[in-house]
Amino acid sequence: MNMEVNNELIDKLAILARLEFDSVSREAIKKDLQNILGFVDKINELQLDDVDPLIYITDEVNVLRGDDVKQTITHEEAMKNVPVKDSDYIKVPKVLKGK
Amino acid sequence: MNPLYSSLSQIKIDLESRKTDCISLVKHYLSNIEKKKHLNAFLEVYAEEALQQAALVDEKIKNKTAGRLAGMVIALKDVLCHKGHKVSSSSKILKGFTSLYSGTAIERLLNEDAIIIGRTNCDEFAMGSSNENSAYGNVKNGLDETKVPGGSSGGSAVAVQIDMCLASLGTDTGGSIRQPASFCGVIGIKPTYGRISRYGLVAYASSFDQIGSFTHSISDCSLLLEIMSGADDFDSTASSKAVETYSTKLNFNRKAKIAVFSDCINHPGIDIEIKSRTLNYIEELKSAGHEIEFIDFPYLDYLVPTYYVLTTAEASSNLSRFDGIRFGFKSENAVDLESTYKRNRSEGFGEEVKRRIMLGTFVLSAGFYDAYYTKGQKVRRLIKEKTEEILSRFDFILTPTTPTTAFGLGEKSDDPIAMYLADIFTVQAPIAGIPAITLPLFQHSNGMPYGLQLMAGSFKEAELLAFSAELMK
Amino acid sequence: MSHNDKYEAVIGLEVHVQLLTKSKAFSSDATEYGAPPNTQVSVITLGHPGTLPCYNKKALEFAVKIGLATNCSIRKENQWARKNYFYPDLPKGYQITQHTTPLCTAGFLVLKMEGYENKIGITRIHMEEDAGKSMHDQDPYFTLIDLNRAGIPLIEIVSEPDLRTADEAYTYVSEIRKIVRYLDICDGNMEEGSMRCDANVSVRLKGAEEYGQKVEVKNMNSIRNVKRAIEHEIIRQIDLIEKGERVDQDTRSFDALKGTTTSMRSKEAANDYRYFPEPDLPPIIVSEEYVQKVKSEMPSLPEQLKQKFISLGLSDYDASVLTEEKEIANYFMAVCNGTKNVKAAVNWVMGPVKSFCNEQAISISEFLIPAKTISELISMIDEGGMNFSIASQKLFPELLKNPSANPKQLAEGMNLIQQSDEGLILKYIDEALAKFPEKVAEFKGGKTGIASLFMGEVMKLSKGKADPKLTNKLLLQKLDS
Repeated sequence: MNMEVNNELIDKLAILARLEFDSVSREAIKKDLQNILGFVDKINELQLDDVDPLIYITDEVNVLRGDDVKQTITHEEAMKNVPVKDSDYIKVPKVLKGK
Repeated sequence: MNPLYSSLSQIKIDLESRKTDCISLVKHYLSNIEKKKHLNAFLEVYAEEALQQAALVDEKIKNKTAGRLAGMVIALKDVLCHKGHKVSSSSKILKGFTSLYSGTAIERLLNEDAIIIGRTNCDEFAMGSSNENSAYGNVKNGLDETKVPGGSSGGSAVAVQIDMCLASLGTDTGGSIRQPASFCGVIGIKPTYGRISRYGLVAYASSFDQIGSFTHSISDCSLLLEIMSGADDFDSTASSKAVETYSTKLNFNRKAKIAVFSDCINHPGIDIEIKSRTLNYIEELKSAGHEIEFIDFPYLDYLVPTYYVLTTAEASSNLSRFDGIRFGFKSENAVDLESTYKRNRSEGFGEEVKRRIMLGTFVLSAGFYDAYYTKGQKVRRLIKEKTEEILSRFDFILTPTTPTTAFGLGEKSDDPIAMYLADIFTVQAPIAGIPAITLPLFQHSNGMPYGLQLMAGSFKEAELLAFSAELMK
Repeated sequence: MSHNDKYEAVIGLEVHVQLLTKSKAFSSDATEYGAPPNTQVSVITLGHPGTLPCYNKKALEFAVKIGLATNCSIRKENQWARKNYFYPDLPKGYQITQHTTPLCTAGFLVLKMEGYENKIGITRIHMEEDAGKSMHDQDPYFTLIDLNRAGIPLIEIVSEPDLRTADEAYTYVSEIRKIVRYLDICDGNMEEGSMRCDANVSVRLKGAEEYGQKVEVKNMNSIRNVKRAIEHEIIRQIDLIEKGERVDQDTRSFDALKGTTTSMRSKEAANDYRYFPEPDLPPIIVSEEYVQKVKSEMPSLPEQLKQKFISLGLSDYDASVLTEEKEIANYFMAVCNGTKNVKAAVNWVMGPVKSFCNEQAISISEFLIPAKTISELISMIDEGGMNFSIASQKLFPELLKNPSANPKQLAEGMNLIQQSDEGLILKYIDEALAKFPEKVAEFKGGKTGIASLFMGEVMKLSKGKADPKLTNKLLLQKLDS
């Protein structure tokens, strides 16, 4: 598979990942991604049709907990690290109208 | 360099005879930290708190109520949550963040009266192999300050290397404990996946991450493993298997059967001296009566690509929570919802982290998932099953830990792929979920240390540690 | 409307049901509604670094129950998945859900409509977690986030596009609500958001093979609004097609005030959720034994009870009313436990009991007169000690004031016990007949309606206490002789 990394792909991925790149850094990331993809494309050399994907590396199953209520932090503690807030709520600037 | 003490058992003797006490120990380590602070191993030193803790532990020792780790001064990698203390994953995006809880492994250490002296520098979000990706500056190798200590747990490795603490905790996802341990000349272990709870470990790649330790002695390594291991209500992936008392089982009373991968030892990237010294060592083992066999491992070239496909995918999702809304870095340019996300994250994350998030996002995205992610999972199965098959016939797999000794600062940092290839011997264990240890057995003619790696079957830490103790004698 | 003859609507519904567990899906914070903002949160809910999920076994049980109640197959090997997207009320930046392995599949619900039935397929039911709440109207510049709701366990019920009318949609959602309330797994309160519904609506020419373009409709916060929204949307789409225009793929929000739907189409490209298996949660293997155990612990379902009541002799209508709510059905069955007179039990529960509850706007679980007291009232009437009108108009109100009182004692104390002494009644009859001799002659002459005059006189003489059935019998006997 010879995957071409173009601006469109970078832009699409950046939106999905909520990252932004200026034109310089976008060139750099485009190059990096192209190189890395060339590198990881190696795995496509293997015959994998009859192989099941490995989904779990742990052997545990049915790890469940009881329906018990525990209050582990206070409201103040919860709000402690919040950058923008009032006494009750976490605050986020709104989506600008007309966008 | 010789540490003041290389094991807790040595310390306990002197504590018992009152030759030393916890306060003196802490003072000794604090002074080394201060002397070598230019190495940038520590992001934060809890000087006062450690001394207060030391006083409390000394009291407990007097009253004979002290825990099993009384006298152990330990440092934590900056990806481990410790209640009431800052944790930043060496990133700007978590600058100033204070954890509201302690991870399970940390709690278990604290319950046994370990004293935590500080949090150590590392590659941002544990992504790196040289500790040159920290938002808080590079860490230098204490034995040669022009060289990297390795990564991502560079700070923790140097802290033990230069006697800034007796032991330190790191984390290992693709070799982030073992590679720096090799570069710094200390013991580093990555346990079986699920042996130690991940609750409190800032996630990088959920199905690879494990907490492990840096120590000078196998006895300390074993004791720490014993105390941290075991099932946890807060980690659904932690193993329910019983934890053995590793520290009491350090006698390997038989001859081992060891596999060596020809492709490994003949890898073109290996330093000539490392290759010949390792081969000589293998001969020594043979003379000692152990059985060594050179076998093929057909997937050597696929280890690192598989690792990167799968770990970046998981990481891209694990790092989505860093948005500067409930905690973390908030950009001044965050003026609406869209810019809040984009700017907090773009300004908060470093280059390597963004690179891996982009790759991971690509791997999981519609249209590419089957071609990359599913394929990656399939190759993982092949690697795991082949490795397990080998370990059903052999006690251990032996490899050099690293293809070279510590490389120079700045030498590889422009070439991510060259950096990724440095992981070639260490990624197999996390891919297969098996335990692996590096032993600081060698010194290169260039003056730098390098390690020997042993891998064992899942949950075979007892055998691994016992045999390691044998080799370290 | 003539459009109904030309077009048919095709509707599929996605219903989200919040489970009534005490603690959240993946952490032990409380789930109670109405707590002050950001007080029912833990580091796990907040998505703090290093935190991990652990699933609530009660939520699993509830999910299996709804699957069984809707005739689904229950999957053995269940995986969790991450659905990745960014929104301020989604703390981790992903939702833990089930993607390729939903717990329940291939179920159905039969809707009993006016004059016909429609079997609605249920494609899947899966487990997931709720997001927090975003409030956009409280502050001009900021959205306020409350994470109390984040992490509450949800199940999502997805129907096949088998619904054909807004009425059917209404009935379907009502049925789901009834079932989840019966199972005690959700309180079905759409206004509070414990049950939410999104619709996929399209129209096509009647008899057409292909589906029309479907449009998603959201923000319907009551069952009635589900019907209104779909009604409006069907008309909107038909109008477009009649004008020769195209129905565009869209997500539309229902405006309850205007009764219309408006486009929510944002400039953002369709989201790629990048689903992948959740590495922090091992699989859940649901064994046959477990399913059987859950099945054995399930209460009867509304349809089962309704059929049972019909077999006891109730009409379809009465059986439906009495199975509307589990509490009513249970009360009714408890009354039936104390008497064989099922018809009377129906009359009492559907009559005085339900009227009182409706007047007072209380649910039957808040109704204080115990069911066995009603059974006793029925027995007292059947034994002749009282008639229904006295019991319902005099004794019942008194019992409402003294719900724990013994009805017989209370009736005696109030001097309400009916006169069933034949001798005494005959005496009254003789008196009544003696008072109106000319009327007796009229009766014997064929005017049988006059009997009610004598009944009235006997009632007056007995101060209303004469057993009317008995009186009637004796009176007619007397008159015939």
